[in-house]
Amino acid sequence: MLYRVVRDYLRPYKRDISYVIALQLVATIASLLLPSLNADIIDNGVVLGDTGYIMRMGGWMLAVSLLQITCTIAAVYLGARSAMGFGRDVRSALFRRVASFSSREVAGFGAPSLITRNTNDVQQVQMLVMLGFTLAISAPIMLVGGIIMAMREDIGLSWLVAVAIPVLVASTGFIISRMVPGFRRMQRHLDDVNQVMREQITGIRVIRAFVREPYEADRFGEANNDLTNVGISTGRWMSAMFPTVLFVMNASSVAVLWFGGLRIDDGSMQIGALTAFITYLVQILMAVMMSTFMLVMIPRAAVAGDRIGEVLATSSSVVPPEDGITEVTTHGRLEFDNVGFTYAGAEHPVLCDISFTAEPGKTTAIIGSTGAGKSTLLSLIPRLFDVTQGTISVDGVDIRDFDPEALWQRIGLVPQKAYLFSGTIADNLRYGKPDATEAEMWEALELAQAKDFVEEMGDGLDSEVAQGGTSLSGGQRQRIAIARALIRRPEVYLFDDSFSALDVATDARLRRALKPVTREATVLIVAQRVFTITDADQIVVLEDGRVVGLGTHDELLATCPTYQEIVESQLKAEAS
Amino acid sequence: MTTSAPKKMKETERITGHVGPGRGPHSMGMVGQKSQNFRESGKRLLNRLRPERPKVIAIFIAATVSVAFAAIGPRVLGRATDIVFAGAIGKQLPSGVTREQVIEMARARGDEQIADLLTGVDMVPGQGIDFGQLGAVLLLVLGLYAASSLLSFVQGYMLTSVVMNTVRRMRDDVEDKLNRMPLSYFDRQPRGELLSRVTNDLDNVSQTVQQTMSQLLTGLLTIVGVFAMMISLSWTLALITLVTIPVSALAAGLVMRRSQKQFIAQWRRTGALNAQVEEAFAGHSLIKVFGRQREVQARFDEENEELFQASFRAQFLSNLIMPMMMFIGNLNYVIIAVIGGLRVASGTMSLGDVQAFIQYSRQFTQPVTQVASMANLLQSGVASAERVFEFLDADEEVSDEHHARLVKDAHGRVSFENVSFRYLEDTPLIDDLSLAVEPGQTVAIVGPTGAGKTTLVNLVMRFYELNGGRITLDEQDIAEMRREDLRGRIGMVLQDTWLFEGTIRDNIAYGKLDATEDEILEAAKATFVDRFVHSLPDGYDTIVDDEGANISAGEKQLITIARAFLANPALLILDEATSSVDTRTELLLQHAMAALRTDRTSFVIAHRLSTIRDADLILVMEDGAIVEQGTHEQLIAKGDAYANLYNAQFTGPRNGEAIALGAAAAAGAG
Repeated sequence: MLYRVVRDYLRPYKRDISYVIALQLVATIASLLLPSLNADIIDNGVVLGDTGYIMRMGGWMLAVSLLQITCTIAAVYLGARSAMGFGRDVRSALFRRVASFSSREVAGFGAPSLITRNTNDVQQVQMLVMLGFTLAISAPIMLVGGIIMAMREDIGLSWLVAVAIPVLVASTGFIISRMVPGFRRMQRHLDDVNQVMREQITGIRVIRAFVREPYEADRFGEANNDLTNVGISTGRWMSAMFPTVLFVMNASSVAVLWFGGLRIDDGSMQIGALTAFITYLVQILMAVMMSTFMLVMIPRAAVAGDRIGEVLATSSSVVPPEDGITEVTTHGRLEFDNVGFTYAGAEHPVLCDISFTAEPGKTTAIIGSTGAGKSTLLSLIPRLFDVTQGTISVDGVDIRDFDPEALWQRIGLVPQKAYLFSGTIADNLRYGKPDATEAEMWEALELAQAKDFVEEMGDGLDSEVAQGGTSLSGGQRQRIAIARALIRRPEVYLFDDSFSALDVATDARLRRALKPVTREATVLIVAQRVFTITDADQIVVLEDGRVVGLGTHDELLATCPTYQEIVESQLKAEAS
Repeated sequence: MTTSAPKKMKETERITGHVGPGRGPHSMGMVGQKSQNFRESGKRLLNRLRPERPKVIAIFIAATVSVAFAAIGPRVLGRATDIVFAGAIGKQLPSGVTREQVIEMARARGDEQIADLLTGVDMVPGQGIDFGQLGAVLLLVLGLYAASSLLSFVQGYMLTSVVMNTVRRMRDDVEDKLNRMPLSYFDRQPRGELLSRVTNDLDNVSQTVQQTMSQLLTGLLTIVGVFAMMISLSWTLALITLVTIPVSALAAGLVMRRSQKQFIAQWRRTGALNAQVEEAFAGHSLIKVFGRQREVQARFDEENEELFQASFRAQFLSNLIMPMMMFIGNLNYVIIAVIGGLRVASGTMSLGDVQAFIQYSRQFTQPVTQVASMANLLQSGVASAERVFEFLDADEEVSDEHHARLVKDAHGRVSFENVSFRYLEDTPLIDDLSLAVEPGQTVAIVGPTGAGKTTLVNLVMRFYELNGGRITLDEQDIAEMRREDLRGRIGMVLQDTWLFEGTIRDNIAYGKLDATEDEILEAAKATFVDRFVHSLPDGYDTIVDDEGANISAGEKQLITIARAFLANPALLILDEATSSVDTRTELLLQHAMAALRTDRTSFVIAHRLSTIRDADLILVMEDGAIVEQGTHEQLIAKGDAYANLYNAQFTGPRNGEAIALGAAAAAGAG
């Protein structure tokens, strides 16, 4: 998955990447040349006492250094641009893919997970790509080049390379293999500590009410100790890393001097090669170490890559029609014909055999206990999910044949959870109607019984709302969400238990105000409290995903046992 | 406030990327903030190491010796090179002559350069490499390096525990502090902000201290040690190398300042994009239905592009530092090679010294860069520490340690005597309120949102300190009791349900930590938790948390009620305890609650007036004052505020018209 994501989304940067490779190649060769030039200075200049040669070669070294930094800078520039561009493209692709999802796919992944995938996971992969452009390209070149150069200097000593590399890989690999699980455990313990802290802050009233401070302190102390202990043991392994690497490198230099000395003594090696060989060996070992680090990063990025690939490979279960219908003559007649809905992979349907018609100018209420499928039923209308059985039609047209935008244009939805977007009150109302005038906004707010508190908010329509609307009370949020739907003047209103946080008096006022506005429209209301729907034109009673009663309040009282039970429960509370 | 805040926290936390202490150079810009008072906060942070002083001294010694050994190493290795060099040259010369003779001979030939070179070499003509001496020198070097590495490990080993324990103590202090803070502090402070202080900032301190302590120490020591060695080898070359310090520092500083800025921009942009993605995904269906996808897409693209620009610049600039340092190093390398070569040729320096010098100069640029970047990282760590200190310095609750412990159980007589209270200095909420509640009475509090109902019961819990008057429990002022004694006698079910992450069993048992399994089951049965628990796959072992996606809001409320039920307190406070429970369950629950309330003084706040009709006393609150009190019948007869509320509730949208429900009830019952 990681490989495919990287391959697919790096494709537009192919040319830049080939430049990066070429530049890194030149830069690496240049840095490999430096020790060799130095060896020349020693062998041909110093030993022979040729100062002119020393100056000349010094000039060459300078030129090579300049070439190296120029190429490196260019490579870093192109590499950073490609890697960050890659990240941007993947984010964009993910975002677009999620936008095409129906609520089913969003619910399947979960919004928080999708958010993490869209940002943090991309970040992970992007960093690996960036590292790849700098390390993964230069390390192998350095490794191979270093080995070639070292062997050119003296083939007889090359066995030292063959010994030093495995020693370094084995020792660092061992330490890393100890460190990585430690880091993972540390992260887990850190999450625990933060979780306890978070719970203590979010639950502070409960903790104090039950006098559980000592208990919580113990809980925290334990988590804190666990974290500290794992941190110490992991940190100890980590502190072994650097000294080990250094020792292997230094010991290699010592070995080169000894065995090189032997070879110089029998005349098979020149003295200048000794210094160069040491430098190459250190460079080789550095490259090996870098590659080891890189290898450690891959598993993490691979997980992120899998998570990204999973989203990109998922397609929406709601497919918009090729040539959707945008115009119809009649307005707002909504018909459910034998509708059923089953979640993918679920055994039992959420909704089954639902048939009823909601006429324009009439109010249809839906009632039933929690989990009966009321909200699901409403979300089928704007095609947040697609029915798995039967059809829903608006004005005689199957909703799946509509152009989605044209369909949504007809609907005003007030969801159960009154979600507001960050921005001002006006911004939120413009969600309902992008070109709404100030007068229209105030009118909608007044209808939704929100005018008073918005006026008191200081900046009125321009008052800022935090994301999700958390700065407002539940009731205020609901009223803004209602205004947002009202300002649209849609043909079909969908109220999903939208009055639950309102106090009784406000609720009653709001319903009165809604009457004239929705006179022409088709209104669907999901409700909990019976007294709020007694005057609906028809009531749909849902139980376990099926319609068990359909009629007016009085009819249902006479015929529908489930409805009677619901009514009784609310009245008994009243009468007892 | 809302349950979405902690969730958001989790995400942002992940975004700011806490990977554990092994992060790469990119962590530099992680918490892009500058401290207000670097010196003072830094000093305070260092003071925190005080309990570990012996260890800190040992660390310092180990680091110094380790660096010294590492610094001497190349010098001794240079001697080994000299031995090899001497042997190589000596072998080419005829044996039987002295070194002086050979030099003389060279000069006689007019070979001045060779003569000069030879004066710098300690060789015996005709004799090859002295392997005995070489072996001894190399063994010494190996020993030095081994000792240096070992000491460096010991230093890191000790430092780890010093840092970890210091941070542990800091965390414990924060924890203790949390428990001593007045609730009003938590109301004032945005929750995300506070959470960020006690989690992100503390982590950042831990990580930066861990990283900088070790590297700053060894980096500085290495600079000193290496420079000392370089001076001992050659003054001139050392001075040339010394020039690289300001050059490297300047170059690094220049680039780092810029890249730091870009990193800050990158994290800010990441945050902004994250917020946007979060909003778009959380409001996914709404955006669709309101047909706003194009606008949202456009905004995302804009922000995405900004993030690209910022991260591209940040990555480019930060990745420049290494090659730049390498270039400066190479430059230095070239100069030393040339000058060194010339001096070897002139015989004023040995080849081994030059070689050692080259190695030293390589060792020199690295710690300079390291120290420069650590200084940056330290800034961020100290800034975080400052934010933690700020929290630790905040005003605490009045201590109640000196109050005597309360032993006997409460009867439950509660009285308010001229109580005044305000959350904000200039907006009085409750003013001169008096009230007496007899043991065993049920008091219902009704009124519109914002009337002060919850505040009233919060005052009984002493969550806030009064601005005037006093509240007594059994004639004793609650301000003169220990908070734990007061609260231990009260059971409270809050408006905002709160569950911690754990099993349902543990969440219920929170009401009584030593509860037996039977007691828990009994409480669960009485509060109808038992009923829905059986439909969950893991029953009582089902893990729930505050976001609680797996159970409904009503079910969460039932669990919190079970918790209070289990606690079996003398005084009960129910604040909108059943608002999300469906009406059929609520009815059943009422009977259980009635049983719980008998013989207990209880305060009940409810929206659904049906639930409080049989209360002994109903208080109607408006704007912080009690406007009416009496029984249901009395208040209905009075026909004022309560009667209006009551009628509004039991009158549907058919305004004024008495609902047909009454008749229906008769029909249903009959």
